[in-house]
Amino acid sequence: MNVIVCMKQTFDTEAKITLTDGKINEEGVQWIINPYDEYAIEEALKIKEATEGTVTVVTIGPARVEEAVRTALAMGADDAVIVDDPAAFGDEFTAAEVLAAVIRTRTYDVILAGNQAVDDGSSQVAVRLAQLLDVPHVSTITKLTFDGAVAVAERDAEGDTEVVEVKLPALFTAQQGLNEPRYPSLLGIRKASKKPVEHVTVAGIGLAENAIAKRVAVTETFIPAQKGAGRILTGDTPERVRELVRELRQTSKVI
Amino acid sequence: MDFDLSNEQSMIRDMVREFATAEIEPLAQEVDRTGRFPIETFRKMGKLGLLGLPIDEAYGGAGADTVSYALAVEEIGRACGSTGLSYAAHVSLGCGPLQAFGTVEQKETYLVPLARGEALGSFGLTEPSAGSDAGGTQTRAKRVDDAYFITGSKCYITNASYAKCVIVTAVTGEDSRGKKQIGAFIVPTDSDGFAILRTYEKMGLRGSDTTELAFDEVRIPLGNRLGSETEGFKQFLKTLDGGRISIGALSVGIARAAYEAALRYAKERVQFGHSLSKMQAIQFKLADMAMHLELARTAVLRAAWLKDQGRSFSKEAAMAKLFASETCVRTCDQAVQIHGGAGYVSDFPVERYFRDAKLMEIGEGTSEIQRLVIARQIGC
Repeated sequence: MNVIVCMKQTFDTEAKITLTDGKINEEGVQWIINPYDEYAIEEALKIKEATEGTVTVVTIGPARVEEAVRTALAMGADDAVIVDDPAAFGDEFTAAEVLAAVIRTRTYDVILAGNQAVDDGSSQVAVRLAQLLDVPHVSTITKLTFDGAVAVAERDAEGDTEVVEVKLPALFTAQQGLNEPRYPSLLGIRKASKKPVEHVTVAGIGLAENAIAKRVAVTETFIPAQKGAGRILTGDTPERVRELVRELRQTSKVI
Repeated sequence: MDFDLSNEQSMIRDMVREFATAEIEPLAQEVDRTGRFPIETFRKMGKLGLLGLPIDEAYGGAGADTVSYALAVEEIGRACGSTGLSYAAHVSLGCGPLQAFGTVEQKETYLVPLARGEALGSFGLTEPSAGSDAGGTQTRAKRVDDAYFITGSKCYITNASYAKCVIVTAVTGEDSRGKKQIGAFIVPTDSDGFAILRTYEKMGLRGSDTTELAFDEVRIPLGNRLGSETEGFKQFLKTLDGGRISIGALSVGIARAAYEAALRYAKERVQFGHSLSKMQAIQFKLADMAMHLELARTAVLRAAWLKDQGRSFSKEAAMAKLFASETCVRTCDQAVQIHGGAGYVSDFPVERYFRDAKLMEIGEGTSEIQRLVIARQIGC
């Protein structure tokens, strides 16, 4: 089976986020593969090993994303496509359109992606992509098996497990618990630099820049206020309830 | 001049860092306390190709360069000094001589399993009355037809309990002026007459395997001689040159662990209304630690780079090992000092780093021997 993995390079989860002129500062930040996408890559590699197919990684981002791509190739992916054209950097709508244009021309049985990126956390891109490609999708999966051209996925449904059958080709988004991503081996790292990586532009995949321009305007970016110390209410229950209601009304102003 | 790592080098460093943090560091305290050799770690390292990192691909290795190797040793040493030492001894002392001086047949038989991680490598040089002074070597290899019979003993030998073969130096005869001639031999550990007498109880690096070996008329076929009968001395000098880069890198790794722990603690511990890190006396210690660490790493990587370029690196490797090992001991000492009472008890890891550090000034040539090597290189 041939698998396509949509991957995003994100801030290290331990990176300290700072703002400069209202924008997130990228200076000196460690970049990693989005952890949920790492599960997607691992699952793709397992499918490849079990069925003798190929794994192609597709990503959007500036020159620095090549590092994440090489790591995926070192883990065992076969080839990669990088859309490093700034015209492709927009919102979830833009990303889904770009990915769809790249993937549409390829043959695939399975598309895998993380269920969300740890930076923006919108959980939208992969699902939009399935819609654009007109393939079924199952999100937040924790197990994936195949029976001929049918996939059986277990998905995390708010603590319960749903078992979903879909016909291939289909798209799945990975949830924590799906697998344990491997470390790239040394030979894998050494081979990664020789694997094919295709750099494409928006025009090159047949898209018009204005047709995929972002539709969301970010009006403000700010760091949430530091959380103050908590307060434990005392007294009997009616007293504590009264105090809680008063706090919610007057201090937090949420009711 | 280019101080940047290549993509491949930084990927190797990142992979080893991630692996060492997740798989090696959590065991460090336990292997120190119990003296257990963490064999499971070496199985995992073998699978990732780490045990053959700088070995030719043709012999089962990954064919990476010495710079990558130094980066890997630093990362492993940062996570656990014991594991770092066992790893460095495996690659530099176990695989190194086979890679550099072995015949194709010797490499296929003995290097391939080491590079693939099926066994650990070991190198037997030091004896009760010989070490840096090769002239004191008493282990003898007596030639009888197409075999050698080796008799003698070796001490402080790393990894031998987990090795399939030990590379051993032994006296093969005397030249016309009566000077001992020394050869090197590949001794399979299942040979008759080979025995591991004991495993030492050590001050630090307690999770590494250090043994005393005995050889009683151990019969070794001619094909197990590494190089000629008289090249053993030259070979081990070269082996130790390479080994010094790895001990330098290990020193940087242990020092970094101590520095990071001290910086973390200094930021957390509050006295007189401030964290320790706001006090100049402590700031100066931390600044010195950071500076020495940076310089030590630069020296180690430069020696590794010279080796990769095929240029002479004996002086630079000795300098890097000397500077890095003394930095390591000083940094660990100061890390304990910054921790105060907390640094002296085993609740915090710095007392372990301090004990582990001391070997850096001793193994693969003491600091005094490094100064001798440097002095000779500068024409004294």
